[in-house]
Amino acid sequence: MRRLWRWLIPLAVLPVLALLAYGFRVDPRDIPSPLIGRPAPAFGLTTFEGTPLSLAAHRGKVVVLNFWASWCQPACYEEAPVLERNWREYRDRGVVVVGVDIQDRREAAEKFVREFGLTFPNAQDLTGAVSVDYGVYGVPETFFLDRQGRIRVKHVGAVTDAVFRANVDRLLAEPGSP
Amino acid sequence: MSRLGLRLLTSLFFLSAAVSPVTAQPAAPVSEETVHEVAAQLRCVVCQNLSVDDSPSEMASQMRAIIRDRLAAGERPAEVRQYFVDRYGEWILLSPPRRGFNLLVWLVPLAAVGVGLVTVAVLVRRWTRHLRDHRPTRVDVDPAMSERIRREVDSGP
Repeated sequence: MRRLWRWLIPLAVLPVLALLAYGFRVDPRDIPSPLIGRPAPAFGLTTFEGTPLSLAAHRGKVVVLNFWASWCQPACYEEAPVLERNWREYRDRGVVVVGVDIQDRREAAEKFVREFGLTFPNAQDLTGAVSVDYGVYGVPETFFLDRQGRIRVKHVGAVTDAVFRANVDRLLAEPGSP
Repeated sequence: MSRLGLRLLTSLFFLSAAVSPVTAQPAAPVSEETVHEVAAQLRCVVCQNLSVDDSPSEMASQMRAIIRDRLAAGERPAEVRQYFVDRYGEWILLSPPRRGFNLLVWLVPLAAVGVGLVTVAVLVRRWTRHLRDHRPTRVDVDPAMSERIRREVDSGP
């Protein structure tokens, strides 16, 4: 009996240690999006140039939907040239990059677009409706949509050339919708 | 503000267009209390551990506007809550639903208190065992000595 107790107490600590080990290994900021695999929510915005911007207009293409803000230093500033570069490289292959500027001042956002010479469509989400529809909780966040218009990947943080190419190439290789 | 009013009006318009004139009811004005009630359950997504109701951030105020709009469009508070859960996951809820893995949050403290109580009970019994088992035994003093002690105690200092 006494020997049993001697072992039971240290053994009882094990489940607690296991729980703590699990808890501390999980990154509390790495929140899985429930939207993966689901149809991308539709939206209708107006670009900084004043032209309408909607997902429906790009049906059948691989869409890289990027949420950004001019105050998002330095990640948004790191990825802006990457997005522009890859947009130019892929635009003729059925890929479109769409930028959504959230929680921003128009002048600052326009300055950002000008500074980086962004030529892909960019629009402001004035009410936050689009960002909430996509479950955005920070900038930058980038969604990779397949040709069927489903959200396939959510990337949190600055997009690099490698991340852009790996995701877009994979989605381009999939059979598209007619 | 005028934009919000416009959104509200358009959502009301679509609502009234959606239901037939017979069943159409005047849309109940959304009480700020209900907006607060829903907002208080949701985590402000750009803050650390602050509710949408408490946060002064722009994102939170936009989320409150969305809550107000959806309530105005006739959704029940639970449906509005689910709208956010569908997009952000259960993470958006400040208090996790009591099921599955989340139950640990409620069960572990209870189990810890139980184990603690049992441990204290066992230890107290162990520490007091010798008091119960070895009661002070009577020491036999011979009558003469006993008489002498009594006399000396009685005579005082």
